[in-house]
Amino acid sequence: MSNSERPSKLFRNLNAKVASIPMVLTALVVFVGGTAWTVLYSFTNSKLLPRLNFVGLDQYHRLWSTSRWLVSIENLLIYGAISLVFSLVIGFLLAALLDQKIRFEDTFRTIFLYPFALSFIVTGLVWQWLLNPDFGVQRVVRDLGWTSFSFDPLYNSSIVIYGISIAALWQGTGLIMCLMLAGLRGIDEDIWKAARVDGIPTWKTYLFIVIPMMRPVFITTLVIIAAGIVKVYDLVVAQTSGGPGIASEVPAKYVYDYMFFAQNLGQGFAASTMMLLSVVIVIVPWAYLEFGGKKRG
Amino acid sequence: MADVASLSPSAEALRRDAAGPSGPKPRHVLSRRNIFLYGTLIVVALYYLLPLYVMIVTSLKGMPEIRLGNIFSPPLEITFEPWVKAWASACTGLNCDGLSRGFWNSVRITVPSVILSIAIASVNGYALANWRFKGADTFFIILIVGAFIPYQVMIYPIVIILREIGIYGTLTGLVIVHSIFGMPILTLLFRNYFTSIPEELFRAARVDGAGFWGIYLRIMLPMSLPIFVVAIILQVTGIWNDFLFGVVYTRPDTYPMTVQLNNIVNSVQGVKEYNVNMAATILTGLVPLIVYFVSGKLFVRGIAAGAVKG
Repeated sequence: MSNSERPSKLFRNLNAKVASIPMVLTALVVFVGGTAWTVLYSFTNSKLLPRLNFVGLDQYHRLWSTSRWLVSIENLLIYGAISLVFSLVIGFLLAALLDQKIRFEDTFRTIFLYPFALSFIVTGLVWQWLLNPDFGVQRVVRDLGWTSFSFDPLYNSSIVIYGISIAALWQGTGLIMCLMLAGLRGIDEDIWKAARVDGIPTWKTYLFIVIPMMRPVFITTLVIIAAGIVKVYDLVVAQTSGGPGIASEVPAKYVYDYMFFAQNLGQGFAASTMMLLSVVIVIVPWAYLEFGGKKRG
Repeated sequence: MADVASLSPSAEALRRDAAGPSGPKPRHVLSRRNIFLYGTLIVVALYYLLPLYVMIVTSLKGMPEIRLGNIFSPPLEITFEPWVKAWASACTGLNCDGLSRGFWNSVRITVPSVILSIAIASVNGYALANWRFKGADTFFIILIVGAFIPYQVMIYPIVIILREIGIYGTLTGLVIVHSIFGMPILTLLFRNYFTSIPEELFRAARVDGAGFWGIYLRIMLPMSLPIFVVAIILQVTGIWNDFLFGVVYTRPDTYPMTVQLNNIVNSVQGVKEYNVNMAATILTGLVPLIVYFVSGKLFVRGIAAGAVKG
């Protein structure tokens, strides 16, 4: 403000620095500080309140011998594999279909994408209703005559995580489709012409020319899906609350429950540190490639 | 030119008009391809629309009809009672004042959060784009990488910070939390946008004696309204749909709509009223859905940018 008459270097920097205070605080206090704090306290035996009473790796030993945590990890791996494979495949196929210069493209895209506007809570509750064995799909098919038909993924502990994945895919594939469509639109029309002139079938063009060219899009999409997988929480809470029993527990829910219900902060911190670790393994190489190399102005 | 050439065959096949074939390809091959193409798209579209349809249909039926009937059949007798009940008298625990309380809480959370987070992030992005100081990029990179840290890692330290300030459990606390976690993606969005504005404009304003805030308010802000709209869409849907922060940082009387909805539907006591539950679910999804259908392409832009948030 005072620098409008005399733009001295010090004042200019001062204004920008004042404007950046929230960013600096967020970056240092919350992101770096908060993370370091949690990691540090994961080595303590904090129960109801955080205390600096170090017990080494005890919390981690207990974590990896708790069946609920092991179930959570197993669920996360299944859910993650399904999300990755199916949202990439379905997302790409839908994008390829929409890219055939069809009519009503906007209408179709709007329909495929609208679930993404809904929260996981709404998504989970709708699918809980659709998959309800007494009223939902199972009942409808039985009423049609197949009385022994059975489809109750949310009440069957061996397949419950697949039931949750159905809802997750319904909600999320539209986004992947949009990213893929943007990627497909970024491919030069001449590539297609050249492939056509050479007589290469369409599917081969996609598989061997277009998809390799879309590598950056795929990497970005992969990172987005992966980051979303680790965070899965609301969907499970809405659809099954972790049940039946502990069959659909996930790590994020483990963390929340131990921090705010079981009054066992140390366990919560250790579990969240494990979540962080899994993200670090995925993100760090990507972030390095994306932001580390180039510094543009 | 290239567009017209490749567009015309399929468009013509679609119209199936009698105009002469423009290319050597036989028409029935194209139309079979179209039947497959549109058939697949329509089936998939129906699958995507099905849950919305079932939600609406269920919410308009009475409970006896739900018990006897088929979830896909349209209501024989349309009733709006479930909607009224969901809004005004559905119970969560001892409170029986319906979802309206959660709705107004969500409004009181979303509006200030959207304004605050965008105000902070836009000024921030502007500083990063045009007034970079030493070390600014380091903080920015921390911010972006931080966007990928699972929230669970930072939840508890923030609880302690908010408790120390004395705003844990209040709406103010939640607004601050939303502003913090909205910052990475919004700052990225604004920084990239401001960077794309020609440097000459900025220099000319400097020569004319405008300062940091002057340039921001009189040049950058008016020039970047579209990106502000994208940011608003992104934040309104994101904050409205939030569940985790709502459940951690508020108390039952200040719960946002999503948390209250989950409590209503998944409450263990009482008879399950599926029609009321579905009406409540639609009501909660209505705000982001309206934002989505009204904003159209801008929403796509927003999520393409916001997707990084994960």
